[in-house]
Amino acid sequence: MEPHSSVRLDIGLDRVESGHVHHEHVEPIPWKTGRVGAVDAIDRDTSWVAPVTASAIAPSVTSPSPIGKLTKPKKQDPTRPGSGIPARFRIRTLVWVRRFSQVFFFGLFCYFVFQTGFRGSFAASSDTPVRLPYPVEAYLLSDPFVGAMTLLSTHTVYRGLLWSVGMLALTMVFGRVFCGWICPFGTLHHFFAWIWPSRVGRGGSRVEANKTHTYQRVKYYLMYGFLLSAVFGSAIGGMFDPICIAVRSIGLGVVPAAQYLTNRSVAEIDSHVSSRGVQSVADHSQDFLSSTIWQSHQFYFHQTWLILFLLVAVLFANRFIPRFWCRVLCPLGAFLGVFARFALFGMEKDHAKCTDCNLCLVNCQGADSPQGGVKWRQDECHMCLNCETACPEDVIKFRFLPNRKSAISKPDLQRRTALASAAAGALFIPVARVADSLDVNYHSKVIRPPGAVEERAFLERCIRCAECMKVCPNNALHPAFFEAGVEGMWTPILIARIGYCEHSCVLCGQVCPTGAIQKISEKEKLGIGQPPIKIGTAFYDHGRCLPWSMGTPCIVCEEFCPTSPKAIWVEEVDAPVRDKVPGPNGEPPAMKIVHLQRPHVDPSLCIGCGACEKVCPVQDQPAVYITSVGETRSKTNVILLENTSYNQKT
Amino acid sequence: MLAGAALVARSAWDKGGLGVATGQGARQVRDYRLADSTKDLANAELAIARGVRDGDGKAPSAEELVTRALAAMGTMSAFVSQGDVVVVKPNIGWDRMPIHAANTNPDVVGAVVKLALAAGAKKVVVADGSCNDPNRCFQRSGIWKSAYDNGAEVVLPAEHHYRTMRLQGDVLDEWPVFTTLVNADKVINVPVAKHHNLAKFTAAMKNWYGVLGGRRNRLHQNIDTSIADLATFMRPTLTIIDATRVLMRNGPQGGNIDDTRELLTVVASVDQVAADAYACTLIGQHRDNLPYLKTAHDRGIGTMYWENLRTKEV
Repeated sequence: MEPHSSVRLDIGLDRVESGHVHHEHVEPIPWKTGRVGAVDAIDRDTSWVAPVTASAIAPSVTSPSPIGKLTKPKKQDPTRPGSGIPARFRIRTLVWVRRFSQVFFFGLFCYFVFQTGFRGSFAASSDTPVRLPYPVEAYLLSDPFVGAMTLLSTHTVYRGLLWSVGMLALTMVFGRVFCGWICPFGTLHHFFAWIWPSRVGRGGSRVEANKTHTYQRVKYYLMYGFLLSAVFGSAIGGMFDPICIAVRSIGLGVVPAAQYLTNRSVAEIDSHVSSRGVQSVADHSQDFLSSTIWQSHQFYFHQTWLILFLLVAVLFANRFIPRFWCRVLCPLGAFLGVFARFALFGMEKDHAKCTDCNLCLVNCQGADSPQGGVKWRQDECHMCLNCETACPEDVIKFRFLPNRKSAISKPDLQRRTALASAAAGALFIPVARVADSLDVNYHSKVIRPPGAVEERAFLERCIRCAECMKVCPNNALHPAFFEAGVEGMWTPILIARIGYCEHSCVLCGQVCPTGAIQKISEKEKLGIGQPPIKIGTAFYDHGRCLPWSMGTPCIVCEEFCPTSPKAIWVEEVDAPVRDKVPGPNGEPPAMKIVHLQRPHVDPSLCIGCGACEKVCPVQDQPAVYITSVGETRSKTNVILLENTSYNQKT
Repeated sequence: MLAGAALVARSAWDKGGLGVATGQGARQVRDYRLADSTKDLANAELAIARGVRDGDGKAPSAEELVTRALAAMGTMSAFVSQGDVVVVKPNIGWDRMPIHAANTNPDVVGAVVKLALAAGAKKVVVADGSCNDPNRCFQRSGIWKSAYDNGAEVVLPAEHHYRTMRLQGDVLDEWPVFTTLVNADKVINVPVAKHHNLAKFTAAMKNWYGVLGGRRNRLHQNIDTSIADLATFMRPTLTIIDATRVLMRNGPQGGNIDDTRELLTVVASVDQVAADAYACTLIGQHRDNLPYLKTAHDRGIGTMYWENLRTKEV
């Protein structure tokens, strides 16, 4: 082992003797003198007390003095390598507290995802407003990366996002404890990084994988890119925010897929086993699951395969690089890493004591160089405390106000690459927008949820967290694929063929953490004493409509139209219809007159909820459909003259 | 061994072709009527309970109206026996509040639940297959709370509660059926009387739309025959039509209080066709304008000439 420079400085007179002790009398080694926890860090300026240590050793070698008894090497734990001195009790306890915290916050997160949906209550009276009982978007509100993005794009901090400042404050005291103790996505990766590589990634390969690598810079470049995108008007970084990914992939992928699998399996059992007992058990378990984890009907999400595929891919990456997501890609981790430099709590190392056993590296989560001989990377550390627990030689100490000599606090970045990635983030927005999906050729099927702000402001705020899609009771909101352009990927759009916007429902605005969908009241949405909120307008395709072109009564659309008076009105007509069978002697079929009600839309009353499109019996391509035109939030995407106002900001 | 292999091969062999056997097996009918409902001639077969607001503007309670109507028919214990599992099927179709009269009045449902339990029912189940989001319909209609408070078990529609049944009607062949509504000893239909833009007036018979799953929107192409087919499939023990507040126009969903009118009436009958034929007069309709009544009458499900029944107005 390379003796530390500060040791060499102080030896002076005893230089030869100390070298002698070091070589011939291997034990007792100074850090095994029983003064566990009180050993000064060797790279501390106060380490000139080394001669004292040397004199303390001397009697122990020469005579069995009381001090010698005290310092007699004692292997405390035979199962531990090295000296066997266990880590401080405090730290061992804290590691268990951390594990508990991870399980708790992951469980709470899942609970919130499962509760993101209205289930009703027998206790509520009919005039109780329909709201969720829990703040299910709490994790997103305390996400500083989301807070920073929306601050840069809108120059405001939206309502509950103020909580994210608290998370930042926590980081500035304890470092990236969010990553190691709280983040549900991080916990998921912690778990998979533990079980995936258990066979292949052991020993030396694990140690190599857990050393700090330059690829860990990627997350900083991504973060700067996304923050510059936000400055240029798009919160596109939400695609990479871990909390957003967790809600999106669990809420839109894992839960519906689990429900599908369960329902199919139970239906398969039901169809083969005609036992009343089996069916009763199946019914009860499905009742339980649909009232706790999922909903009473199957939810489907537009192109959600990609969301699930990316989740599986990033989880599987743990097999090759443990916590690949957290170390390499996570922009939230990078953002917290920037602020971790101010942390009051941190690591101190006593390099001289390190025996290069690498046990700290085996257990390291952040790949933050906990081992001796190199500097600790504070910005990469998840504060999991595994290294100190693993260290058999008392090298690693976590404490308040540690000396910073053996730590690097700032992210290790290449300035040019950082600038280039920031520039790329900034440039991405104009490039995405000249690709004709926003200012011109706006897609008619990009129908935003009720209460959504104008499209440009919407893109400044929407972080694609999928809370609105998960909460929608009718499965109406879906992650866009490329309908809203590359910039609008996974932003919410309403697909009325799958579900319509429930007339009196305002839950999507309630869960939106950034105000992309405002928290509107029922009164505002229904238009009581004010114009209602429109999200689009319905149109008829007469060629496919039963009363219009097939002489068949229908008007389910009119029945479901929720406005009062109804936006769909019917025209009573007597229309000729050809008989089904040919007349006698090969004559053409006779004509008859049927009474029909032919539906029309009043665009000034239509709110674009899509109930008509949802219930239209023309199965594949409905005879009535909604498009985004006429939406309240836009002053340009309009039909009627009365709604056009160029004086207002677009 | 060879024989066994041949047997396995035979049973797993797919000979191809498009012929899919459908609609095989006997027609399934759910008949919960009492065999001897007409035995006691003192009891009415159609009872109409009307209330008026008194001098202070106080209206009679829904429970009072239901109790009065049933008293004329020999009280609830004439229909519900000790230990019965009773299904109460209100109309919980829409996300509307009681004041909009698009769903059955929650107090009427609560009263029926209470009376059925008092008559000795082991369990009372309240369920319906809603049109709008069921959680919202059940809560905002007030029926969830009212039924629960009166001791009923409330079941919301969920996919796993549906099984395909053979209705074998003229237009309805095989459809998924909400099994909660048919697994019962007694079924009490508690619809609300209201205007319907396509069928003109709906109450008891149309209420059976709620037992169907699948895409019900196709039924409207032949709504009258569909209603008759459903009434052929479901024969309730008792029908109690809620007309305490009635949607006069813009049915079936309404949404405007101005479209409703307070009638403070409850119509009870053992004959669902007669109940509808009488109740339609409350919104100024006539049985001759409602083809589904004629179809049901011709099929012998009941009589559209309600005057021919023992009728009591109380």
